[in-house]
Amino acid sequence: MLDAKIPEGKLEHKWNNYLFRVHLVSPANKRKYQIIVVGSGLAGASAAASLGELGYQVTLLTYHDSPRRAHSIAAQGGINAAKNYHNDGDSVFRLFYDTIKGGDYRAREANVYRLAQVSSHIIDQAVAQGVPFAREYGGHLDNRSFGGAQVARTFYAKGQTGQQLLLGSYGALNRQIHAGNVKLYTRHDMLDVVVADGQARGVIARDLVTGEIRRFSGHAVVLATGGYGNVYYLSTNAKLSNATAIWRAYRKGAFFANPAFTQIHPTCIPQSGDYQSKLTLMSESLRNDGRVWVPKTKETAEKLRKHQINPQDVTEEERDYYLERRYPSFGNLVPRDVASRAAKERCDAGFGVAPTGLGVYLDFKESIERHGKETIEARYGNLFQMYEKITSHNPYQRPMTIYPAVHYTMGGLWIDYNLMTTIPGLYAIGEANFSDHGANRLGASALMQGLADGYFILPVTIGDYLSEHRGDDLTTDRPEFETAESEMRETIDHLLGRNGKKTPDQFHRELGEIMWHSVGMSRNAEGLNHAIEEIRKLRAEFETNLKTVGKAEEYNETLEKAMRVRDFLELGELMAKDALLREESCGGHFREEFQTEDGEARRDDEHFTYVSAWEHSPQGPVLHKEHLTFEKVTPTQRSYK
Amino acid sequence: MKITLKIWRQKNNSSKGRFVEYSVDNVNGHMSFLEMLDVLNENLIHKGEDPVAFTHDCREGICGSCGIVINGRPHGPDTAVATCQLHMRNFKDGDVILVEPWRARAFPVIKDLAVDRSAFDRILQAGGYVSVDTGSAPEANAILVPKEKAEEAFLAAACIGCGACVAACKNASAMLFVSAKISHLALLPQGDPERRERALKMVKAMDEEGFGPCTNTGACEAECPKEISVAHIARLNREYLMATFT
Repeated sequence: MLDAKIPEGKLEHKWNNYLFRVHLVSPANKRKYQIIVVGSGLAGASAAASLGELGYQVTLLTYHDSPRRAHSIAAQGGINAAKNYHNDGDSVFRLFYDTIKGGDYRAREANVYRLAQVSSHIIDQAVAQGVPFAREYGGHLDNRSFGGAQVARTFYAKGQTGQQLLLGSYGALNRQIHAGNVKLYTRHDMLDVVVADGQARGVIARDLVTGEIRRFSGHAVVLATGGYGNVYYLSTNAKLSNATAIWRAYRKGAFFANPAFTQIHPTCIPQSGDYQSKLTLMSESLRNDGRVWVPKTKETAEKLRKHQINPQDVTEEERDYYLERRYPSFGNLVPRDVASRAAKERCDAGFGVAPTGLGVYLDFKESIERHGKETIEARYGNLFQMYEKITSHNPYQRPMTIYPAVHYTMGGLWIDYNLMTTIPGLYAIGEANFSDHGANRLGASALMQGLADGYFILPVTIGDYLSEHRGDDLTTDRPEFETAESEMRETIDHLLGRNGKKTPDQFHRELGEIMWHSVGMSRNAEGLNHAIEEIRKLRAEFETNLKTVGKAEEYNETLEKAMRVRDFLELGELMAKDALLREESCGGHFREEFQTEDGEARRDDEHFTYVSAWEHSPQGPVLHKEHLTFEKVTPTQRSYK
Repeated sequence: MKITLKIWRQKNNSSKGRFVEYSVDNVNGHMSFLEMLDVLNENLIHKGEDPVAFTHDCREGICGSCGIVINGRPHGPDTAVATCQLHMRNFKDGDVILVEPWRARAFPVIKDLAVDRSAFDRILQAGGYVSVDTGSAPEANAILVPKEKAEEAFLAAACIGCGACVAACKNASAMLFVSAKISHLALLPQGDPERRERALKMVKAMDEEGFGPCTNTGACEAECPKEISVAHIARLNREYLMATFT
């Protein structure tokens, strides 16, 4: 039975009650504990820094050459916090409510409420670190509004909010490295979790420069390794983002929750060719000033696809601002899942505008006329420049062409209120856990969650576990380390010895195709069953027909990729299985069989108000359910009309 | 397009490197430079050869991982882009392109085009931050920052730590990188209490890493993908002088 360990008391008091009754490690004893943190993005860097400040001994592993490269750096739009600086009716409760509703009532109330409670402190912390947020003329912090919310609660630093927040956490981390409290290992790829006596006791990692397999031991292990969007091959994730750490944890006994919940972001630059290595996001903040449209007639769409006319030449009467038409109260600011599906609907119906037919316009003409080019440039200058560099079109003059792409994964390792997985002593924070976002994450909430976990929640909750586990001597000489290491060596030898014909990237692309078409923006039972079959075939082929080069004991990116693709293949199958199980539509999970008459997602609260948590077993994944109860909000059909 | 590449191949830090010629067919102008290298690498793997090592990750010009000297210019011929944002439309059919790693004593080559830039991390570890523990921050709007100052600080903080400034400099100086962080924090009230100590510590760390001196050629600014201004170097010099006199 899954116990989320939610504290007693009213929702508003749970976190305070918890803080009062939590077991603490005395300051003098903290240095006796060794904590391994894997990943150096917002969650990992903020956790490692905060744990170091508290006096714990921290080991930080990252496969990047510097902690500052982690993919949090690429987050653009902003970070939410319930400051109510705009006097527009925001509150902790409203942020909590919007997040629960935005997640289509598939998140845990207690966690989300806590997230909203600590959100304000994150902004305080970041400002104190010198994060250069946008400001008003009086020197106060500026805000903007974001999808799924009717208040302006998003703090931002142009279109580089993730970068600036990460550099803030990285600074705090650097300070702890300098003080000797955090020991940093760059270019180290975590390959396995070591579990001994039923507890997480360390990790196995590969030094990416020398190929050496190394053992690291700790009293607790924290995975801050991000999401698994790259299972689709093409996504807005960074190229190296992967699922290996969380997937290995799953194989070692940590439950994997809601794997089917993935977020397709509505505003990305469409694919241009087969060589495409990744997709680029255009921040959701653009929907504040940009209007989404396609032509009203298929004939006009056809001409636009063939470049016979320019979008600027299409008159107002000929344009269909379909989000404003379908959702008059939220308009262009509907949540991401709604906006993405609406774009797909128009393109599938033949109104798409990119040469491939898969594209819609995001038009700034009216905002530029209203606010002036300077204002728009100040708000989105770097995004406009990025768009122009990629497409060679100038968005000040011509609307952007955008299409949805995989962006974020709400699923991840199942965690309880302490952020601990089902393996004692193993924690998952940030995007790596199944998180507070339910079936759909609101814009500007990922940065908030990663930093809430890392700065304010984990540093407290981990003490509750450590205080009951003595800071005994650590050793990597245990048989469990020996076994984990030799298994890893065997895997590597096996991958290098296959000498087939397809490269890891080729397998990855094929997996991505299957996932995008059958486990993507809309899903149905037939497609999902087909996907499972296809993935199994691909996995079997991977065993025999993989082509790799080079040796184990050297810098070998082909080997790195092969190991990641192996895990993506297994995870892809679980995602399809989870999507098949969930016979309802909720948030980013849209099952074609379950929709309302006007094409909106139809939830089934009677049967599916639960988190699906999968346990690995040699016979196949075993389903566990965490039933969600709602004390404060009553689940209703989401409406943004 | 058909492109010929002369790429620096070096097995590891202790071996000698050399240029090796490769050709890539069917190059499309919409491809990024790195996507073109992906195509080359796939071809090499199929032939059982060692693919070209280069660092990369976000491929949207913000993580700072990538960095290749292309025809003698860090990040190539386009302005205000990282290598990952350089598109092949900047080249033409039949071009021969020289492809090299960052070359600087403080950035040893790891393999081929991948170099070790951990010296940058160590400089920042020496003092490139505001010393504030988690939890001890005041209410965010208690610290007012004039809009212009915040924007100026932001422009300095936009540095992605790629190292193009070092690669562009004939002295392999890290002054633009260091000054960007000094400027970012010196411009803000939050950074004020530690500004002197910070300047001293970071400059000392920079010198210890083996970066060369600045001789004001401005090559760093010209190649910086984020167009960080050399004016920050002037501010760093002022900060450093002020710190040494007191």
